[in-house]
Amino acid sequence: MAFKIFGKVNFTPYTKVERFAEELRDNKLMGTKCKKCGEVYFPPRADCTKCMSDEMEWRSYSGRGKLVTFTTIHAAPTGFDDIAPYTIGVVDLEEGGRLLAWVEGIKPEELKIGMELRAIPQIMEDVEELKVVYVLRK
Amino acid sequence: MKVGIVGIGHGRFGRRDDCTVQELAFEPFKEALEDCELEKKDIDATVIGSSPEYHKQRSISGVIAEYLGMNPQPTWLTEAACASGSAAIRTAYGLIKGGVHDVVAVLGVQKMLELSTPEILALMGRVGDVQWESIFGTTFPGYYAMYANRHMYEYGTKPEHLAMVAVKNHEYGAMNPKALFQKAITLDKAMKSEMVAYPLRLFDCCANADGAACLILANEEKAKKISDTPVWIAASATASATMSILRRETLTSLPSAVEASRQAYKMAGIGPNDVDVADVHDCFTIAEIMAYEDLGFCEKGKGGKFIEEGQSKIGGKIPINVDGGLKSKGHPVGATGTSMAVEMVKQLRGEAGKRQISGAEVGLTHNVGGIGQYCFVHVFRR
Ligand SMILES: [Zn+2]
Repeated sequence: MAFKIFGKVNFTPYTKVERFAEELRDNKLMGTKCKKCGEVYFPPRADCTKCMSDEMEWRSYSGRGKLVTFTTIHAAPTGFDDIAPYTIGVVDLEEGGRLLAWVEGIKPEELKIGMELRAIPQIMEDVEELKVVYVLRK
Repeated sequence: MKVGIVGIGHGRFGRRDDCTVQELAFEPFKEALEDCELEKKDIDATVIGSSPEYHKQRSISGVIAEYLGMNPQPTWLTEAACASGSAAIRTAYGLIKGGVHDVVAVLGVQKMLELSTPEILALMGRVGDVQWESIFGTTFPGYYAMYANRHMYEYGTKPEHLAMVAVKNHEYGAMNPKALFQKAITLDKAMKSEMVAYPLRLFDCCANADGAACLILANEEKAKKISDTPVWIAASATASATMSILRRETLTSLPSAVEASRQAYKMAGIGPNDVDVADVHDCFTIAEIMAYEDLGFCEKGKGGKFIEEGQSKIGGKIPINVDGGLKSKGHPVGATGTSMAVEMVKQLRGEAGKRQISGAEVGLTHNVGGIGQYCFVHVFRR
């Protein structure tokens, strides 16, 4: 159940890639790579959709990438109303794959599609239990 | 062997605090039976299209079949999120085409307003991939907002273009007595409405509603006997795309819609220019603009210009959502696909009243599930 610490609200405590959350807690952003065909995955997967192998290895990510799109959510779902409005960005990662996270430290009006951002592991404060996420910063 | 639609029924969409889900389903079913003058014993099966998570009643096909008096004939549920109704049509189409059944009732139904606001807000937070996306509080409008921002960036689409879709669909919704909203709006009103998920405002979003719509399908031989004006299903096509937007090659198009329309045109032996009237899935205004492009009604990236020039209006190149679309009718998830098909049957029979497209011979529906993980495209002919 190590994965339950991932996210402000977590819906999937059980997964074959639970190591991801443990690494994130230790300030490391990790993806997976297929040992057989070399396909890289972020978000990490335990199984390769390309060649159907289930043998994967972990690889670390710098978190650097380019902004693909974004939005600012005003009407928030359960569990997120206390932080609304919040801005979400989607970033194509330099090391392959794509990531979606909150944008922090940049005003929404300063966001430009194509700009460079970096995903950084972050332990959430102001919550009772241990919760880890990654956030996008300049 | 062709498959024809011989009977249609469409309930009133809206806040139906006067009925249960089975009572809601009864209305269009009764209307469809009367429309084709069939008796319940003439129908071999009832396929229900619905998204089960909105109902308190579990496994609604059971309670619906009972309330309609459709036992002991078979019944079951098809689910493809907002495209559940079209999934039910395709299921019935396949059964008839394969010779398993001769006459099948398809009933799209959804009672969304049984849930409390907190329950709806909780569901709203689980529309995306819950493992990697919902944990950041993504929402349904949020995803389409991200498509919109990318579309604006790549093609120069403007917020005005989005608002024009809303204005058009409200104008037509005012001519549909079954719609939730039957009132025209101004561009200014749309553009000044409350922000929901930047750049989408309240008037860029369709509203949840309760509703039901029904179709009775029959094989060619029976359809000709039952009806003087059967409408034929010239194509039933569908495709899927990744659930996660993190694994999509494009964010300005729904790959499922592009693939389903390619299949549909091939199956029907037509091209986009042969379509006389269409209903597309305008859950958000940007979704309608993307649909123009994905269906080939205009070039990729020219969707904004298409609405600006009035090409999707009555009198334009292809009148789209002249029943008001999801935007005005409301979006009772499971009923939407069947509602679209009912509108096409009315148009092709020449029974669409004030919103009739004169001489319409080919109609098309485009029904998207979720944020594009499913898309169904159907083509109908007189
Ligand atoms: Zn592989």
